[in-house]
Amino acid sequence: MLTSILVISGLAAAFGLLLGYASIRFHVEGNPVADKLDTLLPQSQCGQCGFPGCRPFAEAVASGEAPINACPPGGEDTMLALAETLGVDPMPMGEEDAGEAVVGVAVIDEQECIGCTICIKACPVDAILGTTRQMHTVIASECTGCQLCIEPCPVDCITLESIEKTTETWSWALPGSPEEIAFTAKVVENHA
Amino acid sequence: MTEFALILISTVLVNNFVLVKFLGLCPFLGVSSKLETAIGMSFATTFVLTLVSICSYLVNEFLLIPFDIEYLRTIAFILVIAAVVQFTEMVMHKTSPALYQLLGIFLPLITTNCAVLGVALLNVQEGHGFIESLLYGFGAAIGFSLVMVLFAAVRERLDVADVPAPFKGSAIALITAGLMSMAFMGFAGLVSA
Repeated sequence: MLTSILVISGLAAAFGLLLGYASIRFHVEGNPVADKLDTLLPQSQCGQCGFPGCRPFAEAVASGEAPINACPPGGEDTMLALAETLGVDPMPMGEEDAGEAVVGVAVIDEQECIGCTICIKACPVDAILGTTRQMHTVIASECTGCQLCIEPCPVDCITLESIEKTTETWSWALPGSPEEIAFTAKVVENHA
Repeated sequence: MTEFALILISTVLVNNFVLVKFLGLCPFLGVSSKLETAIGMSFATTFVLTLVSICSYLVNEFLLIPFDIEYLRTIAFILVIAAVVQFTEMVMHKTSPALYQLLGIFLPLITTNCAVLGVALLNVQEGHGFIESLLYGFGAAIGFSLVMVLFAAVRERLDVADVPAPFKGSAIALITAGLMSMAFMGFAGLVSA
């Protein structure tokens, strides 16, 4: 009994050490540029850029295959942050996304909702709560405003409501986020 | 020498792991829709199977038998398989990124391929020595690769064939697999062991 426990534990520990050593010894550096760009993206994995998630988009931007202005949820701030990091000229955002990033949350009109669960499947961040034939609702604090749920809704009961920046909703941008980088750049510019 | 040749022929054709022993059916059906991916999977499996049959032999011979804990064989072998696959993946990622790209997702998938565990366990059951275990694993892998490539090629042809509507997709794939299995059963008796 005790030997068997010891032997299997020993075997597992030996493999664990081997793998731990291997992961250091054979560590592969990822593309550092793509890593950096990836941290600037909103991480909503919405796929509106045409890539399956933020990481592939970051890799494509790093290798020059994708334009820096292809991230609608990130908006202009992200585009500027990407341009800053890559040292390229800012590009205008396409169509209606020009200007400030649309900061908003999806809102479900609960009177209209038929409980079809389609939007739940569409949501990349699991911010929609509900079940079959029960009305759904959006968890506002989780919603990234990526708009992916609006298109599939069969009764068009989801709208994007922009959040006014008031003293109630305002907060400091997270360090390293596109907003923070854009803000810092603006401050530096003003002082120069 | 003839004995070794017999082991190879026996595992590749007569006791083919996929079509006669029905092990490793998941990748056989899952990754065979394109010839290219089937070849990638075959290479990855060949590599891992051979390595695992060596490692599991060593673990069995020098760890399980001396300590008299053969009843823990399955769990020990699963541990060996998972560790070997993970280690292989890391080394490959570092040393040959091209091959890593080619095998990609298939490598970790092999961990759960029951043919791998099957080979390790059957090696013990049949009382194979070191070289025999190696050949048995390698032969099983070659057999797997053979039917994998054949099946993928057939399925690529089937894609453009005029299959009756109710048989489209996995139905015709399973029928094809059944027919291939029956064809491989024809090898029975080629090697008596």
